[in-house]
Amino acid sequence: MNLAYRDIRHNLFRFVLTCLGLGLLLGVVLAMIGIYKGLVVDALTIARSPDVNVWVVEANTRGPFAEASRIPGDTREAIARIAGVSSAGSITYQTVEAEHGGGKLRLYVIGSEPGRPGGPPEIVDGRHIGRSHYELVADRSSGLSLGARIRLGRNMFEVVGLTRHQVASGGDPAVFMTLPDAQKLQFELAPPAARVQMARGVGGASRDTVNAVVARLQPDASADAVAAAIHRWKHLAAITQEAQELILTRSLVDRARRQIGLFTTLLLIVSAVIIALIIYTMTMEKLKQIATLKLIGAADRTIIAMIVQQALALGFIGFAIGAALIVNIKDYFPRRVVLEVDNVMVLGLIVFAVCLIASGLGVRAALKVDPATALGG
Amino acid sequence: MDSAQSFPPLVRVERVSKHFGEGEARVDALRDVSIDVHPGEVVALLGPSGSGKTTLLNVIGCILDPSDGAMELDGELVLEHGRWLRSDLRQLRLDKIGFIFQFHNLIPFLDATDNVALVLQLAGTDAQAARARALELLEYLEVGHRRNAMPAKLSGGEAQRVAIARALANRPRIILADEPTAALDSKRAGIVMDLLRKVAVEQQAAIIAVTHDEKIFDRFDRIFHLRDGWLLSEESASRRVGA
Repeated sequence: MNLAYRDIRHNLFRFVLTCLGLGLLLGVVLAMIGIYKGLVVDALTIARSPDVNVWVVEANTRGPFAEASRIPGDTREAIARIAGVSSAGSITYQTVEAEHGGGKLRLYVIGSEPGRPGGPPEIVDGRHIGRSHYELVADRSSGLSLGARIRLGRNMFEVVGLTRHQVASGGDPAVFMTLPDAQKLQFELAPPAARVQMARGVGGASRDTVNAVVARLQPDASADAVAAAIHRWKHLAAITQEAQELILTRSLVDRARRQIGLFTTLLLIVSAVIIALIIYTMTMEKLKQIATLKLIGAADRTIIAMIVQQALALGFIGFAIGAALIVNIKDYFPRRVVLEVDNVMVLGLIVFAVCLIASGLGVRAALKVDPATALGG
Repeated sequence: MDSAQSFPPLVRVERVSKHFGEGEARVDALRDVSIDVHPGEVVALLGPSGSGKTTLLNVIGCILDPSDGAMELDGELVLEHGRWLRSDLRQLRLDKIGFIFQFHNLIPFLDATDNVALVLQLAGTDAQAARARALELLEYLEVGHRRNAMPAKLSGGEAQRVAIARALANRPRIILADEPTAALDSKRAGIVMDLLRKVAVEQQAAIIAVTHDEKIFDRFDRIFHLRDGWLLSEESASRRVGA
């Protein structure tokens, strides 16, 4: 006769409600873990999407994500000729705000050269950019659909392809366009401003500026050696892909990451305390029954099994509810929620351990119960 | 001599003492108490609050360590010089003693049958046999029709009968009852006492009850009067009838 099961069945409504409450709490913990991971993954997505080995940026900067960087557009040809480099591409990055569907839309514009590193990694719908101007590939999270037209700067662009999971570290969806379009959008002055500049005699400056040049290396080439070679040019700095990712996680999103990490830890502690309280209270409510069980000859292991099984059932069902909830609603979060199997399993193990420890408190109280307390009123 | 007393006693308590605390704080709950209870006997422990009757019941029930004395249960010497001779008192209780409580103390999440079957399963009986025996006992105590009822749905009398069935489940020869009729009206108290009498006679069990319930005094074969831990007197049914 399984006493834990019978007790749960007898108080099913209350048990289900408790599991639901715990499930919601664990769902929030899972969501926070997902948001934490999402923040890191988002931060690395754009840096990883060109699939390159070396980033060439302006000297004395850690660009193009952590700091502003501007280098001449023809740098790409020089980089492409360095021994070990198999291909190179120029890239610009810029955040713009546009009107779309009656609302404001923040976009992270990436300009690249079709056929060279830096373009959209995967098209999930539509096609790659085929014309030199006024076409773009947008991330699905932007809400732009295939064929949609959107004004960026002074020009109208048509969405010809869609990607997914391409967002900037701040969560803004990415759009890809040709390098000349992006340069025009970033560096071309509005006509009145251009006229003022012309009048001051500084007009006509070259617009062929990029934020970075990315280089893909040959399989046997060393990224550090190539970076060292580029460093010899005083006006450039070179950052390996590894270093770029480190800059992004340790610098750009570090505070947000730590903030969410700390909050997640606090939430875990709160959850542990609540689980412990629920299980302890469940046991304390049964002390008279436990005394009776002891008096009529129930072994300690019978009582321990009842408490531990209930605690584990509560933890398992609560965790399952929380996980199912978050898996089903994670796509509705405004920012990406990344649930990795190992993270979910670690939380599951933590919940398991908390339930065991919490049931230990209950077991301790139960074992201290004097069977004589079952006698008398 | 009563016919029951011609058999060796099922419970023999010899010079049992129990004190709590030491020095000035010492409280003597039992002082050299000796009683014998024979098969088929229903006896009462009577006395004012603090007289030691519950302490004596707890010692006989092997849930309280006495300070001194000896005790035999069902022919087995289990206590000598205030020390238990068996290490597994839980098994001793399971094998030899049944308990009936003031407020029945049925497990609220088990139905009537399972409350009875639980004790059997704790003793190692398989589930099917335990359930069959439980049903048999419920029928014997005339609550078979409530076999699937949860304790909260039973009346006070029905719940106490189920509790008696539970106490009888492992065929113990010693039944300890703590105020078994305190929560019942006169009619139901009488029915419960009749049942206990039936059990004592038919199963040759010894029933020891702590009670304050004057309306059932005439149902006991003997009444042990306790005061301040002393056994003051022993009153037999024949003497009460004679008086």
